[in-house]
Amino acid sequence: MPLLELRDESAGYNGTQILHGLSLTIEPGERIALVGESGAGKSTLLRLFYQRLGAAAALMPQDSALVQALTVFHNVYMGRLHQRSVWRNLRNLLLPASGDVEEVRQVLAPLRLEDKLFSGVGQLSGGEYQRTALARALYHTGSVIVADEPVSSVDEHQAREILETMNAQKETVILAMHDRALAIEFADRLIGIKGGRVVLDRKSAGMVPGDLDDLYRNGLE
Amino acid sequence: MSARRDPSPLARTSAAFLIIALACLAFADIAITTVDPWRELGLLLAGVVTPDFYSTDSLGLAIAYTLAFALLGVALANIVGFGLALVFHSRIVRVGCAFVRAIHELFWALIFLQMFGLSPLTGILAIAIPYAGIIAKVYAEILEEADQRPLSAVPVGAGRASVFLFVRLPDAWAHFRTYSMYRLECGLRSSAVLGFIGLPTIGFHLESAFKQGQYSDVSALLILFYLVIATMRIWMKKPLLPVYLVGAAIILPWGAAFSLSNITRFLTHDIVPYPLRAGGDNMMEAFGDWLSLLLFDQALPGTVATIQLTMIALVATGFLTMVFFPLISPLLLGRAARTGGHVFLVVARSTPEYILAFILLNLWGPSMLPAIIALSLHNAAIIGHLIGRYTETIKLRPDAVKGINRYFYEVVPRIYPPMLALLFYRWEVIMRETAILGILGIATLGFYVDSAFADLRFDRALFLILITAMLNICVDAISRAVRSRLRLQTTLEQR
Repeated sequence: MPLLELRDESAGYNGTQILHGLSLTIEPGERIALVGESGAGKSTLLRLFYQRLGAAAALMPQDSALVQALTVFHNVYMGRLHQRSVWRNLRNLLLPASGDVEEVRQVLAPLRLEDKLFSGVGQLSGGEYQRTALARALYHTGSVIVADEPVSSVDEHQAREILETMNAQKETVILAMHDRALAIEFADRLIGIKGGRVVLDRKSAGMVPGDLDDLYRNGLE
Repeated sequence: MSARRDPSPLARTSAAFLIIALACLAFADIAITTVDPWRELGLLLAGVVTPDFYSTDSLGLAIAYTLAFALLGVALANIVGFGLALVFHSRIVRVGCAFVRAIHELFWALIFLQMFGLSPLTGILAIAIPYAGIIAKVYAEILEEADQRPLSAVPVGAGRASVFLFVRLPDAWAHFRTYSMYRLECGLRSSAVLGFIGLPTIGFHLESAFKQGQYSDVSALLILFYLVIATMRIWMKKPLLPVYLVGAAIILPWGAAFSLSNITRFLTHDIVPYPLRAGGDNMMEAFGDWLSLLLFDQALPGTVATIQLTMIALVATGFLTMVFFPLISPLLLGRAARTGGHVFLVVARSTPEYILAFILLNLWGPSMLPAIIALSLHNAAIIGHLIGRYTETIKLRPDAVKGINRYFYEVVPRIYPPMLALLFYRWEVIMRETAILGILGIATLGFYVDSAFADLRFDRALFLILITAMLNICVDAISRAVRSRLRLQTTLEQR
């Protein structure tokens, strides 16, 4: 049974339709990368996926969207906010329970963030910041991760680390990426967007970055 | 043919307000009527430099009571205001808050005095009620302006309460704390002034010391008061707050019992317009007389005087601000001179307008002059402080001109729009205070309200307070319209 099915649908943002004629099926276990120029509508399509998937998916938005005034623990804990009672949430906000701290610590350890557990997120470096956003998505119990440019502000080494962790810990991965080489390497299916439509949808095996040039070329030739 | 230049909207609005203020000033009574005002001023200054901290043993207690009313009133206002901020989208809540904050603390105190007598409840509620209305509005704005981006990453299905606790509240919290500190400073000033209507805060001792010409006592009281305000950031620590609140509740003199029948009588009988209460055959006719007497003999002249004084004080505040802000601006003065400037501005903004006006009125006799000076001095010190701090963020090019040319060419063009924004923001505050100064004998609305209370005509007093509230709400709306037309904005830190 497919995870998600779109049939000739449109998607938009703030009332304007950006994407048209969307027909796609996503199966569990797929690793998908959306590619295309910035402004082509990758984020719009991701948002549509996330809306359809509901609580089955964790979202990693483009700007990381951490709560500045809270610690790493609290931001990661928010990945399960929907599965805990208000009282437990309130309690953890004021005085974190040791059981929950331990759970969060286990998510942070492989991301090399263990020692930042109770640091404010305002003091983190760019890489730590993005890894905290990843930890929040990993702590979320959904089997799908929907991530918008999850490696935009880190070097290539850290980017590989983040993408590997994602692939290893979530059953289904849906990404928007501007780095073509990483997209081909880490996804097994590429969806290309141009001019408000899906113009490419194929397995990534055997592709090289140059195969995607058409997506980034102006249509005025 | 020469090119003609249209004045900017900012210049046109400023000119219009200046002309209105000058017209108001032309009809204002600003005479000094005391026989020898300068001799009295000399005595006062002599007292200022010889403070006497040991003349009354109740000095410490007066400060403690002043703190207690402010702490409990502001704490209560914070709790209620926070709750109301959560439901501020409701129209009833918004209108209700606008209404309660349009009535000055002293008017609330005069009302509660009739119900609870000199019980501490009078002072606490007089501060808590209008402050709750202000806090609700400001907290609602803070919550609205908080970072909304993290909302997108919240898992689908998370409850509203949890989302509020984890996403919206944490960012707003720091702003709440900063604003609460500012409110506590305002609360201390309000609490001090409540002494003038009989509560045991420093205003009470200030009035009697002043009436007896004991200027050394006046000086000691004021110096202690400034110290309390100036050291607030040192003694106001979160872990100590419960201690302060419990302490405040314990020391206040709760002994005075109040009777329920008093309260009921006031609410159901005393404040009902007299003719309606008396009834009879010609009730409606008598009510018409009651209304026209109040409207034409009191509300109308009171409103005219209130608007007149407000407009003069508003423009005078603007002028004084332009003089005050350089005192603490690193662009214009050296470090040593700025220290003096800071002390002067702290003293001027920590002295409530009411106390300043009271002092000047005693020196110069009743006219609008003491009120104009008091209102503009206090408010210009507040705005001048904010603008002076703002100039610290301005980076001038290394070869910028110096001295008076720098003031006019580099600094004033940059600070004028934010200065006007703050000035118009305080327009409503100035008007509310103008009405209150009537209690001191200037013929603004407060004069008629106070006389009605003195004559035990509570129906009239309440009617006039309602008129005052309406006037404040109107000015608030006009101020908002002017600010949005001129695209003037105040930021959170400047409220």
